[in-house]
Amino acid sequence: MPASGQPISPQRRRFLTETARMAGGCVVAGSALAYLVNDARGLPAEALRPPGALPEADFLAACIRCGLCVRDCPYDTLSLAELGVDGPATGTPFFTARQVPCEMCEDVPCVAACPTGALDPSLTNIDDARMGTAVLVDQENCLNLLGLRCDVCYRVCPVIDEAITLELSHNVRSGHHAIFAPVVHADHCTGCGMCEKSCVLPEAAIKVLPVRLARGRSADHYRKGWEEKDARGAPVVEGIIDLPDRLPGPGTDNLTAPGGFEPALKLPGVKP
Amino acid sequence: MSATTKRLAGHEAIRVKGWLAAHKWLILRRLSQVMFLLVFLVGPWFGIWWVTGTLAGSRTFGVLPLTDPLVLLQSLVAGHLPELTAIVGALIVMAVYAVIGGRVFCSWVCPINPVTDGAHWLHDRLGFSKGWQPKRSTRLWILGAVLAVSAVTGTIAWEVVNPVTILHRGLVYGMGFAWALVGAVFLFDLVVARRGWCGHVCPVGAFYGLIGTKSLLRVSAVNRSACNDCMDCFAVCPESQVIPAALRGRDGASPLILSSDCTNCGRCIDVCAVDVFAFTHRCDTYVKNDEQLADKAA
Ligand code: SF4
Ligand code: SF4
Ligand code: SF4
Ligand code: SF4
Repeated sequence: MPASGQPISPQRRRFLTETARMAGGCVVAGSALAYLVNDARGLPAEALRPPGALPEADFLAACIRCGLCVRDCPYDTLSLAELGVDGPATGTPFFTARQVPCEMCEDVPCVAACPTGALDPSLTNIDDARMGTAVLVDQENCLNLLGLRCDVCYRVCPVIDEAITLELSHNVRSGHHAIFAPVVHADHCTGCGMCEKSCVLPEAAIKVLPVRLARGRSADHYRKGWEEKDARGAPVVEGIIDLPDRLPGPGTDNLTAPGGFEPALKLPGVKP
Repeated sequence: MSATTKRLAGHEAIRVKGWLAAHKWLILRRLSQVMFLLVFLVGPWFGIWWVTGTLAGSRTFGVLPLTDPLVLLQSLVAGHLPELTAIVGALIVMAVYAVIGGRVFCSWVCPINPVTDGAHWLHDRLGFSKGWQPKRSTRLWILGAVLAVSAVTGTIAWEVVNPVTILHRGLVYGMGFAWALVGAVFLFDLVVARRGWCGHVCPVGAFYGLIGTKSLLRVSAVNRSACNDCMDCFAVCPESQVIPAALRGRDGASPLILSSDCTNCGRCIDVCAVDVFAFTHRCDTYVKNDEQLADKAA
């Protein structure tokens, strides 16, 4: 009621209640919508975004779900998520590596087709794409790690010898063979999924995961001393004396190790 | 109209003008709706790629970009600055609808329109009551809420539930459970609220309405003096509140239906046995025999 003590006119009262009712209804409906929107954020780990896709949060603000990227992909890699069937937000483009991987077209037609920039047009070299990162998730079933020579994931990789290499080590089981372990190098892996698609096992031992799942992150202040030293061409800290290392075995002053000898200088109170 | 004399609107027009003339705009409208679906479907069906994409965004003949302006506006308030292609596409769409009437989208293009028209057809035949009739301004409030949610969540919020684009995308790219959503809209219009979705709720229609506030193409009640108060136009009009001012012409009011709620569907032209309504442009205020109307009122 106004301060003057006069009652609010009926029209004004109606207007105010009507406005309050609408605003209230909008808060309820808007909250429901916001809930659905948040629900739609979860991107399943198997669902990979097309090359150049903005980070997921930005992508959902940018992609208008037109499907032009899907149409221009010559390998039918991409599809739009169907309501209630696929995991990603309704109508957004994705692909599943194990079904159809990305062939890494040199002219990146999917990015060129995108009218909104949800697929970043600054991606012109497909080798710079980071759709995910391959990880050899099952080291127990990978044939190469069992000591066989499958090598399929390595051979199909479009960035072979950079994104994925075979690292030799001794095969302890057989005693006289080598193990050729497939090792992914995240700096070069585009996440195209060729390796996952081609893994000969019934369930792939190598899988492309979203970068957030595939990778850890080093603390910002960590430095690799040996790299710093190489870069500097000198020790990182001046004046450090390099003392002889005390190793077990012959030639050390550790009596308990075979071939050890008694130390020449004995400090009082210190047991060897 | 009492229950005993109740008959379906347009009966008189069919008798006087013939079935075809009494359904002219309706038929053209259905053809247009089918055409707008087919141009998107001949690509995936027959490999004829005249038009690629969906109503949210498309490319015609490899060059012409079109973008749904409301989707793009949500993207903007969500914090993404779209590439020029999408912006140009939205401007073209807005320019076209600003001239021919924003809600022409609703009655001539939108794939949900046949669904809600179907619900209304059944609603009429089953003789259901109006049901819940929220204010016409409800959809504007919802439009505001949608933009607010887009801004707060940083996503294109309405696209999560928008039956318009979900149905269209479903038909072109794969339905999933989109049928359930479309069924829900149908049921809403059939049993909850007569003309509920397009007339009261849909923020897409509300937005296109705003685009078309000053549109050139308008329906005029040029021949309003001949009106015999059969009320058929009110019965078929999806936004019947737009008719009285132009039809009754109190105090020499313009015969033009200027409300941006009018969808330019032309159904009022069809069902009028005495041809009161006609399409014209918004500067044409000509009225046939208006003195008679004045006499009638006197
Ligand atoms: S790079 Fe080529 S294969 Fe990969 S998603 Fe894009 S268009 Fe398809
Ligand atoms: S072309 Fe761009 S906007 Fe369209 S669906 Fe693909 S990513 Fe989204
Ligand atoms: S996903 Fe596999 S095939 Fe593709 S670049 Fe990475 S390691 Fe190579
Ligand atoms: S006034 Fe006529 S043209 Fe406009 S919406 Fe109603 S029936 Fe359709």
